[in-house]
Order: sequence, then structure tokens, then C-alpha cells
Amino acid sequence: MMSALMRAPGVALLAVALTFVPVAAKAFDIQRVISPGGIEAWLVEDHALPIVSARFLFPGGAATDPVGKEGLANMVSGLLDEGAGDLDSQAFQTRLADQSISISFNASLDGFSGRLKALTRNRAEAFDLLRLAVTAPRFDAQAVERIRDQILTGLAAGANNPNRIAQQTFREAVFGDHPYSRPVTGTPESVGAITETDLRTFVARRLARNALIVGVVGDVTAAELGALLDSTFGDLPERAEAFTIPQAEPGAAGEVIVVERDNPQSRVVFGHRGVARDDPDYYAALVLNHVLGGGSFTSRLYDEVREKRGLAYSVFSYLLPLENAALWMGGAGTENGAVAQSIELIRGQWANVQEFAISQDELDRAKANLIGSFGLRFDNTSSIAGTLVAVQFRDLGIDFLNRRNDLIEAVTLDDVRRVAERILDPAALTVVVVGKPEGLAATRTMTNGG
Amino acid sequence: MTWNLCSRALRALLLPLAFLLPIANTAHAQVFNPTTFELDNGMQVVVIENHRAPVVTHMVWYKVGAADEPAGKSGIAHYLEHLMFKGTDARAPGEFSEIVANLGGRENAFTSHDYTGYFQTIAPRHLGLMMELEADRMTGLVLTDEIIEPERRVILEERRSRTENNPRSLLSEQVAAATYLNHPYRLPVIGWAHEIEGLSRADLESFYETWYAPNNAILIVSGDVDPDEVLRLARETYGKVEAKALPPRLRPVEPPQLAPREVVMRDARVDQPAWSRRYLAPSYVAGDNEHAYALELLSEIIGGGTTGRIYRSIVVDQSLAASAGAWYSPGDLDLTTFGVWFSPRQGVAVDAVRGALDEQIAKLIKDGITADELKRAKLRLIDSAIFARDSVGGPARVLGAALASGQTVADVESWPDRIRAVTVEQVDAAAREVFNVNRSTTGVLLPVEGDSRT
Repeated sequence: MMSALMRAPGVALLAVALTFVPVAAKAFDIQRVISPGGIEAWLVEDHALPIVSARFLFPGGAATDPVGKEGLANMVSGLLDEGAGDLDSQAFQTRLADQSISISFNASLDGFSGRLKALTRNRAEAFDLLRLAVTAPRFDAQAVERIRDQILTGLAAGANNPNRIAQQTFREAVFGDHPYSRPVTGTPESVGAITETDLRTFVARRLARNALIVGVVGDVTAAELGALLDSTFGDLPERAEAFTIPQAEPGAAGEVIVVERDNPQSRVVFGHRGVARDDPDYYAALVLNHVLGGGSFTSRLYDEVREKRGLAYSVFSYLLPLENAALWMGGAGTENGAVAQSIELIRGQWANVQEFAISQDELDRAKANLIGSFGLRFDNTSSIAGTLVAVQFRDLGIDFLNRRNDLIEAVTLDDVRRVAERILDPAALTVVVVGKPEGLAATRTMTNGG
Repeated sequence: MTWNLCSRALRALLLPLAFLLPIANTAHAQVFNPTTFELDNGMQVVVIENHRAPVVTHMVWYKVGAADEPAGKSGIAHYLEHLMFKGTDARAPGEFSEIVANLGGRENAFTSHDYTGYFQTIAPRHLGLMMELEADRMTGLVLTDEIIEPERRVILEERRSRTENNPRSLLSEQVAAATYLNHPYRLPVIGWAHEIEGLSRADLESFYETWYAPNNAILIVSGDVDPDEVLRLARETYGKVEAKALPPRLRPVEPPQLAPREVVMRDARVDQPAWSRRYLAPSYVAGDNEHAYALELLSEIIGGGTTGRIYRSIVVDQSLAASAGAWYSPGDLDLTTFGVWFSPRQGVAVDAVRGALDEQIAKLIKDGITADELKRAKLRLIDSAIFARDSVGGPARVLGAALASGQTVADVESWPDRIRAVTVEQVDAAAREVFNVNRSTTGVLLPVEGDSRT
């Protein structure tokens, strides 16, 4: 994506404004800013506070980690702010702290992202530190070992976290040898194997201008941003190295995997194939999921498992459309003695929705909530900037925020029934249970340490 | 104690208050510039205007929490918070949530030792209806055994999720119980499991009838609203609820602590040791509270991020810990704690790290802080007040927590000035006062004995 880089040195700044109307009367303008050097960013100017937030993303995250070096993208994300250019780790961190600048990075399966937040008076310095971080990270040995150890202690501290175990076991089960099965943070062995060369190679391959996606919100004009884009990202290599993640079809359908742990409550993660983000049925699936388990306190799963029977504190479902695989997932936590009953109820609701679909009234209420709540997230600079990046990453178009509620509104009962029939299948659910479940028929059981 | 429990789904957890520092504009003393009113029945009203997006956060805070529960009945405040989402005389169970959902709103609630709060975030045109519904459940709640029994199971599952499934949480609970001999901050907000099991409908109703009243509540409205309109709506809704005679909040006072306490927990589910020590400390409104602002700066100087003294010395320079820091919760209604913590690097003994941390504390007490450290910490804290204005819900939570815990709007608004006024000598005096090992409780989490990972 983003393969066409507009290179027009000296060309005047181009800013196309689109007005987004989030709920009712109010609106904000999304400007497409192309810097003099040809770097694109989407901008929402907001001068109410002397704050600027920037979010950015390079496609290609942990799923591109080499075999045996799982956790590489994540380790890079912990090291870019640990020394860059002439500044060692403490010097770089002190510059950030003394000017109240926050810069951080994050690796997910599909992307490597970052965020910056600063006061207007420190804006130039903030973007300059970001420039150093992405173009001249030092990877000093002491910093590398410190961050490696932080990751290792984090892995040890999370080794018995029931939710983490359940999520990882689920992904390994459904994705097999596909890169999506691998843990974003790696394993003690793979993190131990990462070298300085690996870190530098990741940066050289992934962090490039043609891959860069930027969203900026706050106290900065289009002209000011244009200059900042060039000074910050202009020294990045022109092109990222191509990579391919194969399309994955989730497997392990119908399996019930128990990971034995001495906990009083069983943690459950379940799911099966989902709906891709660019599938025409995506919005119908979103509405259907809202009815099934997406509505916070009003979904069928919430009602049946928690409200009527008190079997769980949290029970929910959600769509997870990764770039190269789609899942329809959910989770719950129930005491060991009753978890089999919770899983039966979840399967029952899955079947009920599949067979009888949903009523017009349920559909209307789900749509009303999805439409009405959409604007609530746009109350702070960072979340608006994050949305600008997500819309670009998914290639949804600069007018998407205006169209999104219409896409929800257009979903009909027939659409929802079609999706239910096409996708939902209680027998295909892969279920992972971490704990000591009683009376549950497992297809596979893993004991502690195994 | 700012451990907040949300009544609903885990995925809707609130930000911990610790990350929402009160805020300030560098040029003026004002932080949030709220408009305040008081209704005839004694209900306090605070309006924070923010016209960035057509969104409003509507919150009602009750000045009652887990530390106000009768002895032997821990968990009532939080249990009741869950039950507030059931029905009233006028509304069927779940109807309130259904209405919020249909109008595209979000809602939740939370309980701490000192307060209980309820909120909805929604388009401003629905504010009046939210007030009507919230005012209705201030006095109209209907509880039956059919309603409370499934919810008791939900809360026990919540306790398993948060606490019993997690050795770190179990240790925190034991450490809190050891930190306070007499004061109810010793009790977990969610309650002890055996006491949750024993709570009766009468216990819950009595707590509700005693504490839920307009003169014990604070209304906070933040977002795209006009203060006069908010006042008009508040009068039409909350204004019609009658005030009650409120009992005093009886909080048993801690006796002097004369010796250090330590809780060492070994658990087969632990792979990575953890260590923390908390010292009894004043809050903004309790104990020797003239130290509170100096202690906030001390916490920033020794524990702030990766440039604080503790991180720099034991993580970066000595390579003993993977991470380390300090915390301080000045917002509690009663005596609070100042804490230090670390997570040892792999293969480094806990005692070696503790020794290095104690050296840093001894050095601090002997030599004090520098003027440069203070200047930089002040700047960061004062700047954080500007960042805190960058949302609709954050300012509402800061003001609500402050007002429900004994502070005033003027206290919050003058926070930057008070931070600015702190001197090096005051920070040094506060450090010498708080770092008294005889007033400390240490918590250590270890793998089971004989495990090679110790």
C-alpha cells in the first residue's frame, strides 16, 4: 500500500480539506497535507490547547520477524528512544523529560507504529527527537541488554497470566506454522538470539518513506506540518523492502484445548474464521457481532452468561480482521466448576444467532448504538490522530469518517442473516481454556510446563 | 487509595487516576476553569466546558466507598454499585443501560475506598435524560433476591479474575491488610470472598438508604455544554430529590506504627519476583498534609519515568533491576502511602537490589535533592496539567475524585501554584519525614522455595 510516493520538490504545499461531521452539528476538517518533499500526512488542526499529537505507522510488524528471532519488531520498539544520534539513552530520555515530550513505539502483528505528544513550545524539539529516533537509533550495547532484560522479565512475569496463555495458545492452534501464530513479544530463546545487526536490519527494511502513514492533530498548521514532515522523515530511505505474509485460513476448528493451571477461575478464549476488513459484508458482521457479544451491557452473551446466571464478570465477542487472516473471537472467565456450562451457553447463542438470525428490533438497536457512539472517541488529540492512521492503513479513503455511519445504517436484516449463515458456526469454534475446568470434554490437554 | 473497580466488563476499564494528574495552565493559576453551583438540596454541581466535539460526560460521585462499610461486611459499596444497574420503581431492570445503548452512549461505574461514581458519555442533547435516569436511581432502586443473587456470583467471578487468579493481586491485598492495623484501607475494595458471600439484601439496602442522597453527591458535567443549561436541567431532575440526614464518615484512626512489617508470599504461579515497600504518608487532607505537594515532587524526582533517581541508579547505572520506580497517592481522604518498587533483573537476588535502593534512599536523606532536580520536576508536573485538559472525561474524573475526597475546586485549581511554591528544603524535610522504616510495610513476591528460579 501507499506505493505511489509523490515526489515534487519545491512544489507548494497541497492541502485538501474534508469536513467530518461526527455526531450532529459539529465538524472537523481533515486536511491531506503533502510536504514540499512529497511526504503525506492527514491533519486535523485544533488550536484550542497548545498541544500536538502525531501517530504514524509502517506496515510490516511482528509477523515479519525472522523465524528464531520472534520479538524483533517489539524489541526495536523498545529501543528507538534509548539513544539516537549524539544522544545516549539517558541524554535522549532527559531531553524528552525536561520538555514534557512523550515519544513511544509499538509493534503489532501487522505494523510498527509510534506516537508523539508535545506542547506547542516544544514542538520543534519533539519532532527533531523523533527524527533522530527513526533515522539514527544507536542500539548501544548497554541499552540493548537493558531492554532485552526488561522484555525477558516481562515474559517471565506474564508466563502464568491466564489471558496471555489463552491468547497465545489460541493463535498457535488456529494458525499452525503461519507467522500469525508467533508471539509478538517473542520467547526467552528468540529474544536472547536477537543481535544488534538484526535490530538495524529491521529498521533499514521497514522504516521507509513509501511505507509511512502519518496522522497529526492539534496546534499546528498545514504549512508548519509540511516542514516538520520533511525535517523528521525526509532522511528515511525511499523504499521499504517488500514482504509477503501468506493468507491464512484459521484451522483447529472444533477443538477444545485445556491448558492446566492451578487457578480458581478458568479463562476462556474462543473463535473461528471471521470477515476481512475489505469484505463487503464487514459492516453487516460488525452489526451482527454487536448483537451477539459486542454491545457492552446489552449483548446476548452478556445477557445469557452474566446477567441471567452470574457465570462471568466479563463475556464478549469481537471481530479481529488482520491483514492476512480474519477471526471472529470472544472471551470469558468462569470458575472451574461452571466453565463447561458457560461454554455451552456461548455455543448455544452462537447457534441461536446462526439459525434464527436476529429481530428487526435488535438490528435497529445495534445500529443505533454503533452509529451514535462513533463520535465519542474523537474527544482527544491522540485518539483522533490514531483514527487518521487507521483509516489510511486500511485504505478506506479520506471521506470514510463521513461515510462510516451510512455504511452501518445500510445494513439490513437480510445482510445480517447472510453473514450469520456464511460465517457463524458453533461447531467450528476453537475453544482454549486455561485453568482446571471440571466436566469439560477436551480434545487436547496441556499440563504446566508442557 | 485509588484502586478503582468498574462494575461492568473488563474491556471498559477506566484509566487509573494516578495517570490523571491535576492540571494547570502555566500562565495562570486556573486549571479546568469550572463553573460551580449548589442545588437547594445540597448537591454540588461542577461544569467543565469543552467544545472540541459534540460529546458530554455526565458523572455522579457519592462520597461513600469501601472504607465506609460496617465492620465485617466488606464489599457492600462495590456490590451496590453493580446493583445500581438493575431497576427502580420507575424503570425495569436493565432499562437504563438499554436507553444509553440505544442513544449511542457509553456508561460505567467505579468504586474506591473513598467514593463511588457513575457516568455516561453521550451526545449532549441526551444530557437531560441521563440526569433524569441518574436522579431516579439515587432513591428509587428496587432490590429482590432474584436480582441480587446472580450479581453476587458475578462479583465473585470478578474477584477471581482480578485477585485470586493473580498472585500479585493476592500479595497487594495482604500488604494492604498489613499496612493498616485499624483503618479500613486495610480491606480490599471488592471485599473478602467470605464476606461477599454473607452480605444480605438488608445490608445492601441499608447502605444505599444511608448514603445515597443529593447532599452526599457531586454532579460533574464535562464537554460541549452550557453551564446555565446544565444548572436548569439539574434543578429539574436532581433538584427534586430530597436531602437526607447523613451520618459522619467514621474512619478508625491508625495507631502509631512502631516497627517495620514485611509480607513474603511464595506462589507456584510466580516466575518473576517483585518487591515493593510503602511508607505511611500524609495526603492532601490527612496527616501532616503540609508535606503533600513536596511529596508529589519527591515522587517525580526519585520515581519519574526513566530519568528518576531510582531508575537511573539501579536499572541503568548498576544494572540490578529490570525496572523500578516510586508512587504516591495524595488524593486519599485518609492517611495514604508513599511507595518504592522494583522488578529484579534475571539472576539478580532481590536482597541485592533492595540494598542498592536503600542506599539511594539513605543518600537522599543525607544529601537532599538539588535545585536543578526540583526545577525540572516542577516543569513536568505543571505541564502535565495542560495535557490533562486534552479529553472530556479526564478533567471530570480529576475534579470528581478531589471533591469526593475532601478537597475543594479551589484546591484543584491552585495545584500548579502550590507545586510551583515548593522549595528544596520542603522536599528534603518531606523525604526525611516519610522515609522512616518503622512506618513501612514491605511486600515480596517469590517463586516457591526450592524452585531454581529464586
